[in-house]
Amino acid sequence: MSDTPLDLLRLNLDEKVYVKLRGARKLTGTLQAFDSHCNIVLSDAEETIYELVDGNLRFETKTSEMIFVRGDSVTLVTAQPEE
Amino acid sequence: MLFFSFLKTLVDQEVTVELKNDIELKGTLKSVDQFLNLKLDNISCNNNAKYPHLSSVRNIFIRGSTVRYVYLNKSIVDTNLLQDAARREAVSEKK
Repeated sequence: MSDTPLDLLRLNLDEKVYVKLRGARKLTGTLQAFDSHCNIVLSDAEETIYELVDGNLRFETKTSEMIFVRGDSVTLVTAQPEE
Repeated sequence: MLFFSFLKTLVDQEVTVELKNDIELKGTLKSVDQFLNLKLDNISCNNNAKYPHLSSVRNIFIRGSTVRYVYLNKSIVDTNLLQDAARREAVSEKK
């Protein structure tokens, strides 16, 4: 069986992942499911939304216990970097 | 097909849908199709002040492509089953 890019996601099931999204957003959480469209389900997720206000970078965070993310917003998925 | 099946298991449960234009709608999931279009019943808008045009709407069809997130309760999801299904789908798509 050949190694495909989506195998990286499979190996990260039940692990903490970092997901970058369109619109200056990122999510971290435990990967519960994914498919070939990069639709994703995360548990214990924390979302960060970045915003420029008068040239200053602001951010806002939101938490959710379980979240489904539609794949067309996803730009990057990786194992969560150590803090 | 994985998420179509997954969302079908959530029918009749309370969910919150966030759209790509930042509108948040909370309601009972009534049906799903293969495009992940959704039908919600008894909706309430979490940010009514910003989007008053939705305040009188009770029942709504949402085109799947406009969805950003669906917020779920942990209690209605079997995470072991979901992970296994994701693994099986990943393997079956590699042929």
